[in-house]
Amino acid sequence: MKLSGWGRYPTVECKTSSPRNEADLAGLVRSGQVIARGNGRSYGDSSLNSHMTIDMRRMSRMLAFDEASGQLTAEAGVLLADIISSFLPRGWFPAVTPGTKFVTVGGMIAADVHGKNHHSDGAFSTFLDWVDVLCSDGEIRRCSRDETPDLFEWTVGGMGLTGIIVRAAFRLRPVESGWIRQTTIPAENLAAAIDIFERSADSTYSVAWIDCLSTGASLGRSLVYLGEHAAHADLPRKQLQAPFQTPRKRKLTVPLDAPGFALNRWTVKAFNEVYYRAGRSKTGTQLVDWDTYFYPLDAILKWNRIYGRKGFAQFQCVIPLEQSKDGMQALLEAISAAGQGSFLSVLKRFGAQESRFSFPMEGYTLALDFPVNNRSLELMNRLDEITIAHGGRFYLAKDSRLKAETLAKSDTRVSDFREMRKSTSAAETFSSAQSDRLVL
Amino acid sequence: MTDTSRQKTVLVLGGRSDIGRAIAHSFAADGYAVALAARNAANLETDKSDISLRHNVPVSLHEFDVLDTGKMEAFIDSLGVLPDVVVSVVGLMGEQAENEKDTDLSARVMRSNYEGPALILGLFANRFEERGSGTLVGVSSVAGDRGRATNYIYGSAKAGFTAFLSGLRNRLARKGVHVVTVKPGFVRTQMTEGMKLPGPITADPEEVAQATVKAVRKGKNTVYTKPVWALIMLIITHIPEAIFKKMSI
Ligand SMILES: Cc1cc2nc3c(=O)[nH]c(=O)nc-3n(C[C@H](O)[C@H](O)[C@H](O)COP(=O)(O)OP(=O)(O)OC[C@H]3O[C@@H](n4cnc5c(N)ncnc54)[C@H](O)[C@@H]3O)c2cc1C
Ligand SMILES: NC(=O)c1ccc[n+]([C@@H]2O[C@H](COP(=O)([O-])OP(=O)(O)OC[C@H]3O[C@@H](n4cnc5c(N)ncnc54)[C@H](OP(=O)(O)O)[C@@H]3O)[C@@H](O)[C@H]2O)c1
Repeated sequence: MKLSGWGRYPTVECKTSSPRNEADLAGLVRSGQVIARGNGRSYGDSSLNSHMTIDMRRMSRMLAFDEASGQLTAEAGVLLADIISSFLPRGWFPAVTPGTKFVTVGGMIAADVHGKNHHSDGAFSTFLDWVDVLCSDGEIRRCSRDETPDLFEWTVGGMGLTGIIVRAAFRLRPVESGWIRQTTIPAENLAAAIDIFERSADSTYSVAWIDCLSTGASLGRSLVYLGEHAAHADLPRKQLQAPFQTPRKRKLTVPLDAPGFALNRWTVKAFNEVYYRAGRSKTGTQLVDWDTYFYPLDAILKWNRIYGRKGFAQFQCVIPLEQSKDGMQALLEAISAAGQGSFLSVLKRFGAQESRFSFPMEGYTLALDFPVNNRSLELMNRLDEITIAHGGRFYLAKDSRLKAETLAKSDTRVSDFREMRKSTSAAETFSSAQSDRLVL
Repeated sequence: MTDTSRQKTVLVLGGRSDIGRAIAHSFAADGYAVALAARNAANLETDKSDISLRHNVPVSLHEFDVLDTGKMEAFIDSLGVLPDVVVSVVGLMGEQAENEKDTDLSARVMRSNYEGPALILGLFANRFEERGSGTLVGVSSVAGDRGRATNYIYGSAKAGFTAFLSGLRNRLARKGVHVVTVKPGFVRTQMTEGMKLPGPITADPEEVAQATVKAVRKGKNTVYTKPVWALIMLIITHIPEAIFKKMSI
């Protein structure tokens, strides 16, 4: 079956199978080269293997929940959206969530995903207590920070290349409502945006939408969104009566959903202009439901199609704090000079994180997407160079086009990762189109 | 949280199948307590916790073999409460080519799709009739609408089951007991994994489940999933036999 990631580039003819239980799964792992696939929301080729792509979505049972600690034990194929619909009404929310709820537990662990609270809470792994991993010898091992810690640390952020995550236990956070107190702050340019982030270290959530086509003095103008879970005291009487009930359908104020939307320099520019103005006029604090705040794009199903049949590519890097300002400035200059505006550009402050192979490090991360064509691929190569020159690195869950040399240059941990894959025999069994391309 | 004294219960026979699991989830989402019956029921523990965690409803497991007809009355007695809804998802397709050559195999297919499911639903029908309420659901198949060379052993058993359900419905219509016949077309399940299925007319188990719950709620008699199968089968059943017998579909 033809498979791709969310960016619909590249597309690979893959054999697939959907195991229902451990025995099915063990059989597949014994059959040769495999990779696990969650819900296919990584952008590129991380969850593609032509020999055997194991679709984990039928291993999707929730196994246990501890009301005292908020610890949920679940099989790897459970969707985050289902966790929210089961547990938010009982007062629990994911401790860390990516910008879409259509991801699996396995995918979140393998990419060690970050949310808008990375600066305050770290990545998904902060809340991960243990993982059961099916290794290349066919054995399932429970690993945690104390038990088989090597396997635990490499599996987190290991992009499915240490084994198949079968189940895991992780903590949810208690919340008093399904509402977020959102504060929108416009920033005239990059420096102002960074200033706002640095001043907002106490906010639980923060993220900025950035206009990557603005130039000169307004290069990097942004709308910074801060957020807090609303407590009972924050709710008007109507919402207080049913604090977890939020409206099901919402309308977007921005015409994101234009079908056949022609994405070019002018339309993207016009979009960014409108978006910035609309946002600026709505500055201040408002109550927003969780779905709108965390998952605005999920309201438009299959939005990845607006980029046309060739698909699109994401570029996401992080640049260490000392070099963030210069690095981001250089990246934005290159983008606006190329006139290759990204429809969705997101800037975010990361907190410190120690890890074997996870993406985040203390600094700033920028995520952009481009339709796939020669010009944008060239631009992304430029952005790679700028990132490396400023000591930054790349997010594998978004990547579909990096070169092995570029990755190795950006991240000294790559050689250790390769070494681990060899010494544990993981390389003999687990591989993806991405790991082949990047020689992982 | 839920008022258990008035909570309805659904019993799913064949609770391990993808369609059975999905049906159990859909009823649980509607607030039903769930009883799952299957062979080796003990290894459905993970499904039990899954359903109860997601939907906050009680779930119980029950050992059940549809071919063990002698134990059926005892099985019903062992449930404790008589369910409000009983769904039989049990079925067995087998390989047509092998079934043709082996009477034991084909008898097994016939018994698993017709004899067993019909007998157990018949027993529940008697108890429901006595109580004056309840809904019986049989998952049959479009394969029962007309016998085809590629799967007529399975199809004929489903045809028998469909006819049984229709008769049962007729018998109980004025007794407060309703009977629903579910006829899936192609469904993406373990039974069909690896087969090349035509995407647009193939349903996910969840679609079958939602259609089933809706049919029970609305008191529908027969539902095709996807609905387009009603049209497809209307056409197929109207092809003259003289032509049909030479076709390969
Ligand atoms: C709109 C959108 C917004 C996003 N926002 C963010 C964000 O804010 N922050 C962020 O960090 N990410 C973000 N992402 C990326 C996404 O969170 C990750 O790519 C995530 O890994 C996708 O999960 P998935 O279940 O779809 O996995 P897939 O995409 O199917 O797989 C991703 C990787 O996980 C591995 N994997 C999946 N399941 C298993 C398993 N059971 N065992 C072992 N390995 C497994 C795969 O092999 C692959 O390497 C976003 C993606 C989209 C589409
Ligand atoms: N998939 C399709 O395209 C399709 C189309 C039309 C109709 N259907 C019907 O839908 C139903 C579910 O099918 P499925 O696709 O989900 O396939 P499945 O997984 O093969 O389901 C068959 C179910 O029947 C149970 N079963 C078989 N023999 C049994 C016995 N002797 N005692 C108790 N249980 C027994 C199986 O239990 P175990 O788990 O213990 O084996 C399993 O739960 C079947 O009736 C099938 O005929 C399916």
